[in-house]
Amino acid sequence: MTKIFVDGKAYEVKADQSLLQACLSLGLNLPYFCWHPALGSVGACRQCAVKQFRDEKDTRGRLVMSCMTPAADGTRISIEDAEAAAFRKGIIEGLMLNHPHDCPVCDEGGECHLQDMTVMTGHDYRRTRFPKRTFHNQYLGPLINHEMNRCIQCYRCVRYYREYAGGHDFDAFSSRSQVYFGRYQDGVLENEFAGNLVEICPTGVFTDKTLKRHYTRKWDLQFGPSVCVHCGLGCNISAGERYGTLRRIVNRYNGEVNGYFLCDRGRFGYEFVNSAERLKQPLQRQDGKLQPISKARALEALAGLLADPKKVIGIGSPRASLEANYALRALVGADRFYTGLSASAARLTAVALEMLRRGPARTPSLGEIERADAVLILGEDVTNVAPRMALALRQSVRQQPMRKADQLKIPRWLDHPVRELAQDQKGPLYIATPAATRLDDVATETYRAAPDKIARLGYAVAHALDAGAPDVAGLSEAERSLAARIAEALKSAERPLVVSGPSLNSEAILQAAANVARALSAAGRAPSLSLTAPECNTLGVTMIGGGSLADAFQAVKSGSADTVIILENDLYRRASARAVDEFFSSARHIVLLDSVTTPTVQKAELVLPAATFAESDGTLVSSEGRAQRFFEVYPPVGEIQSSWRWLRDIMMAAGRREAAAWQDLDAVVASVSDGIPALAAVAQAAPSASFRLAGAKIPREPHRYSGRTAMLANINVSEPKPPEDSDSSLAFSMEGVFAQPPASLIPFFWSPGWNSIQSVNKFQEEIAGPLRGGDPGVRLLEPSAAEPRAYFTPASEPTSGSAGEWLLVPLYHIFGSEELSRLAPGIAELSPQPYVALNPEDANALGVQEETSVTLSLESVSRTLPVKLMPGLARGLAGLPAGILPIEGSGLPAWSRISRA
Amino acid sequence: MEKVLTRYIQPDGVPLDARAYEQAGGYQSVPKALKMAPKEVTEIVKQSNLRGRGGAGFPTGMKWTFVPTGPNAPHPKYLCANADEMEPGTFKDRLLLESAPHQLIEGMIVAAYAIEADVAYIFVRGEYVLAIERLQKAVAEAYNAGYLGQNILGSGFSLQMYVHASGGRYMCGEETGLLNALEGKRANPRTKPPFPQVSGLFGKPTIVQNVETLSNLPHILNHGPEWFKGLSKSEDAGTKLYGVSGKVKRPGLWELPMGTTIRELLEEHAGGMQEGLAFRGVLPGGASTDFLTAQHLDVKMDFGGVQKAGSRLGTGTMIVLDDRTCPVGMVRNLEHFFAQESCGWCTPCWSGLSWAEQILTSIEEGRGRPEDLEELEFICKFCAPGNTFCALAPGAVEPLQSALKYFREDFERHILAQHCPWRTH
Amino acid sequence: MLSPEERHEIEEELERYPTKRAVSIDALRIVQRRRGWVSDEALRDVAELLEVSVDEMDSVATFYNLIFRKPVGRHVIMVCDSVSCWIMGYDRIREHLTKRLGIQLGETTPDGRFTLLPIVCLGTCDHAPAMMVDQHLHRDLSPEKIDGILAEYP
Ligand SMILES: Cc1cc2nc3c(=O)[nH]c(=O)nc-3n(C[C@H](O)[C@H](O)[C@H](O)COP(=O)(O)O)c2cc1C
Ligand code: SF4
Ligand code: FES
Repeated sequence: MTKIFVDGKAYEVKADQSLLQACLSLGLNLPYFCWHPALGSVGACRQCAVKQFRDEKDTRGRLVMSCMTPAADGTRISIEDAEAAAFRKGIIEGLMLNHPHDCPVCDEGGECHLQDMTVMTGHDYRRTRFPKRTFHNQYLGPLINHEMNRCIQCYRCVRYYREYAGGHDFDAFSSRSQVYFGRYQDGVLENEFAGNLVEICPTGVFTDKTLKRHYTRKWDLQFGPSVCVHCGLGCNISAGERYGTLRRIVNRYNGEVNGYFLCDRGRFGYEFVNSAERLKQPLQRQDGKLQPISKARALEALAGLLADPKKVIGIGSPRASLEANYALRALVGADRFYTGLSASAARLTAVALEMLRRGPARTPSLGEIERADAVLILGEDVTNVAPRMALALRQSVRQQPMRKADQLKIPRWLDHPVRELAQDQKGPLYIATPAATRLDDVATETYRAAPDKIARLGYAVAHALDAGAPDVAGLSEAERSLAARIAEALKSAERPLVVSGPSLNSEAILQAAANVARALSAAGRAPSLSLTAPECNTLGVTMIGGGSLADAFQAVKSGSADTVIILENDLYRRASARAVDEFFSSARHIVLLDSVTTPTVQKAELVLPAATFAESDGTLVSSEGRAQRFFEVYPPVGEIQSSWRWLRDIMMAAGRREAAAWQDLDAVVASVSDGIPALAAVAQAAPSASFRLAGAKIPREPHRYSGRTAMLANINVSEPKPPEDSDSSLAFSMEGVFAQPPASLIPFFWSPGWNSIQSVNKFQEEIAGPLRGGDPGVRLLEPSAAEPRAYFTPASEPTSGSAGEWLLVPLYHIFGSEELSRLAPGIAELSPQPYVALNPEDANALGVQEETSVTLSLESVSRTLPVKLMPGLARGLAGLPAGILPIEGSGLPAWSRISRA
Repeated sequence: MEKVLTRYIQPDGVPLDARAYEQAGGYQSVPKALKMAPKEVTEIVKQSNLRGRGGAGFPTGMKWTFVPTGPNAPHPKYLCANADEMEPGTFKDRLLLESAPHQLIEGMIVAAYAIEADVAYIFVRGEYVLAIERLQKAVAEAYNAGYLGQNILGSGFSLQMYVHASGGRYMCGEETGLLNALEGKRANPRTKPPFPQVSGLFGKPTIVQNVETLSNLPHILNHGPEWFKGLSKSEDAGTKLYGVSGKVKRPGLWELPMGTTIRELLEEHAGGMQEGLAFRGVLPGGASTDFLTAQHLDVKMDFGGVQKAGSRLGTGTMIVLDDRTCPVGMVRNLEHFFAQESCGWCTPCWSGLSWAEQILTSIEEGRGRPEDLEELEFICKFCAPGNTFCALAPGAVEPLQSALKYFREDFERHILAQHCPWRTH
Repeated sequence: MLSPEERHEIEEELERYPTKRAVSIDALRIVQRRRGWVSDEALRDVAELLEVSVDEMDSVATFYNLIFRKPVGRHVIMVCDSVSCWIMGYDRIREHLTKRLGIQLGETTPDGRFTLLPIVCLGTCDHAPAMMVDQHLHRDLSPEKIDGILAEYP
């Protein structure tokens, strides 16, 4: 701690930060633009000027940029100083010389950092009388809108996009008062994290194009603190609604998880909630067609189906909440509950879970991943599977180079000097995958090979770290020395990290990753092991426990069940069409609860409309093992309700009185926490519904929320009573006190004078640190202190196909591979068409080119697809887009012949 | 007076080749320096009181002492000759580049040796086509003669030297902008500290030095610091290339003892004002220095002297304002330059200077308003040293703020009359 | 496509710098020397050779003054508009040039012979006004002298 004096008052602040950061942490208002807590200081905008005094006797002082000045012990500054205040006001005047002053028609209006800072500095009159410069705007794709005339040249966008997110197709052009931020030519922004520009830009240059189509001002949105459902990382989001449609997603800061940023799938995938594919009414199959029926009739029909409970099984879902899965399990009985994971996913997740429980490696948060100083990725295309983690890894490669700056006493927050010193030095980061990845540009070395060989490299690394770890035979000299280099890099790091996961469906890869972690521990390091999870609650449903989908199929096949209740799951995404069809035809009754229309809907006899994340509450367990609660943004309309409520209603209809206790979410959470020892802590993921903030519920609506008395006047002129929310301490209302809610219950960030998302400053314990009271979520997995499990032993030989066969491997796409986000039009537009990827040299040998149609023959099916040449793909492999094509046979990887169609 | 910097310059301006240069006494400082320890060379330069000729006047030897040396120092280290010379009204380095390239190379070898640099770049502005040609030829000759390359003169010291032609921007002359330009980036300035001496080009210790500064080094090594100090008429050592442009009888460039007065330069060397014209003011050291007026004619052109008078020695090349030239027009021309050359990084500069240019244009074109002067004064304060990221904008407002002080009536006349009194139509 | 000579020259420059990116400006100048300007295609080719994105290359290209991103005439006249030349009669020089060539600053004559551009101080202030035509400096200009100079550039 150091002591600084601000306007004559002494404060204790953390050492090693800038004055700006220190002042903001103290809750003082100091305007800024070019600085951003995640990007550091560059001193461009000059907005944060304060007066600095040499000592007590110095009365004149001099202006300094608070963002560029360390908060050294004894520093004396004044924010209020008249000269400093006048200068800051002048900066706004300068910034606004060319600004169009178009707030009324600007999407940023009402949550604009430029507006906030303008008011803060008191600038209110534009003296200049000269024409403003005008720019042409660019088409940047379906997700982001460009309006360059609003630019204030703070350089945040280009610093974020290029230096932080690693994009190359965006830059600053020209100079002086004419700097243009955009692309060389119109076109879709390539970076998967481009959407953060919307929040990074302090004015309305980059705005959310999906919001534009159903625009609503921030103050007119009703928000819910929520958790992203589009991958397993559990980024925290704040979702906004008006008139019963979801309007947009913004980042909800969680210091340990997503920090300030989301990926574009998470930000823009929400439109599935509004899509035409939504199921809105109970449906019953009559004469082969699904027909709407009333809720009462649906429950009645269900009660009939459940008459013989011994014949009923439940299939849960990795994309449904713990509460929904648990309710289904309660309905059918623990031994008749299946997780809904495919056989291989179930096995891999179980293995992963066991590894993380047994240790010695610890599963790191995204924040810790960002701080890792040497990384090995085994088998995961992180950007496309767990996108936000890729952004964290991109920062991790700066950890070691930044030590150079430490030696020269250059503070790490002084962004450009640190980068200039490090130049292009990055890493160490080693990536072993079948195909090129979007992190390769910062990789120390990459290794391209089939899944088995990737696992073998991992085993070799473990052996290089600890001679006690089993070795693998038959590695090439090059592979061996690569393994040695990786081992050396991990061993000499302070915070080594291994990233792996189930994407390639390879248990061997997971085991190899575990061996590396174990060997690191044997070598005296404290390793982290981050295993990706494919869906938002894969880990959660696995912790609840239950057989796999294959087991469920078996149950029906063997005749021990004939009625199946499926929870938020499209089985066609998890097993081959043949197997699923067979399952459906052998089951007598299929009941489905889901929010969107899927191929499985077409097989169901009874369909119940489930709420999406936006209309329900629940808990998800992220790949970190963090249980996090998401809350309704708005009440579901019509017959839609949370799956757990449907399941409760079904139980009640079937005369199962024990469900009567489930009147609200807390009751279900309590059941989960009592019923599943591994999930005992989930109740602590967020305060219960009885929590009150200064005696009142927490408003989901900003206090300026307009038109409550009029917005439904076309339906009824009398003002309806706001819906009650019995499930949480949040209210569908704007009434309430202005005070900071507990971190997991913050619907949106706002503070007096801080209307933009940057108001998050006011909610943190310290800038860029945890939210006050601790970041949301509760960690469920910590390595046990017991003796770690023995090393896994590698298979003696890598598997191989017969002559002329290709190993088909799944290739993941941030846009397209995930089920729900694909239903969002913007994401759909960016999703690839089906293809089969080949290394150009392999294609050459096969005599095929880009776009040539080829036929794959797998088990008994064959499929014709266009060829896509993929230079980074390992030889001998063929890649298929994951989640875009129906699953073939028993899934990928699989051996197949390829011939010209 | 003893010629130092211009000693090797031939009447036709064609430079001596390496051989002829050696015969005329050139390159003697190289073996001399190589026999000393690098620190000793730095010490001599420190003692000589040589101050940078690029505008800021920082003591050269002292600057070198900030470079980490010895076995643990990072390598490669770099030396950059700043031959960007884009300051309007400045035309001194061009002479040294075109007519005495070997003298610069020799000075660079000495400097590089002192800081144990491995690579040297000569950063020349792209428009200096002739200079670039001659430098490239001279560098090649120096390699051939064994003054550059591996193991120079058997000393174990090696130095590579390259000529880089700029893509053109005034900001490239600012020492950290120059480093970004050399790295193939936009020439925005860099944060200081860290200073380039510690983390500069490609993240390595780097010294940037003006051409004239470097060209002095061989002579200092050859004749010693005391001799160098003795060349001057003032406390600042050495000679200086002084230039005069504008409506004087004989505009030109002269090497004279440091501390020569403005009057002497104007009246003796430049021959006084052109027939029928009266002197009104002068920018003593290039476009980014404050105006001085008739009351300052006896000011000594050295760092301290000009500063005391309220301006800066800058590059030592002065621009003369006469009574038939409109001061508002002149300042408008200057601010047009600075606004255009702003890199666009910091707000006061890119916004303030373009605003100033717009105001001055409107005053000059007869559309001025009384409050314009207040706004111009605001911009001058807005762009004051410390308020901006680099020294461009503070330099840019020097002529403006001093014009508002010395020629205020002229501004007011423009606004009152709604036209420029110097324009006939 | 870069010509073999261009490629060769750029590769020579590569030896002088520790990074490829550092050669950006040199490479653009090399291309421009032969083609008069840097077309989108040339920009892309240079970017590819130096392993930087075309956006990054254009960011650099558009920053610098002497890199032309639009086609120019056979000869480029760069007339100094900075302070000493202005004092010594830049306005007259510019007016004469625009009248003689029938174009404004920033334009190219319809026959493609000349492009007229302003340039900052050419560092020859004691011989103002001045201009450069292609690689050549012309000083102590007067309208009469200009006519003679233009005739040297067919
Ligand atoms: C905008 C700007 C332009 C400059 N241009 C030049 C220049 O063209 N040549 C030069 O030597 N110094 C120039 N300087 C000064 C340099 O930043 C630096 O101080 C100088 O090169 C150091 O050399 P010296 O110590 O030998 O003077 C410029 C400074 C600024 C702020
Ligand atoms: S003062 Fe600011 S904008 Fe101007 S040149 Fe320097 S850094 Fe760039
Ligand atoms: S925030 Fe400090 S200069 Fe921009």
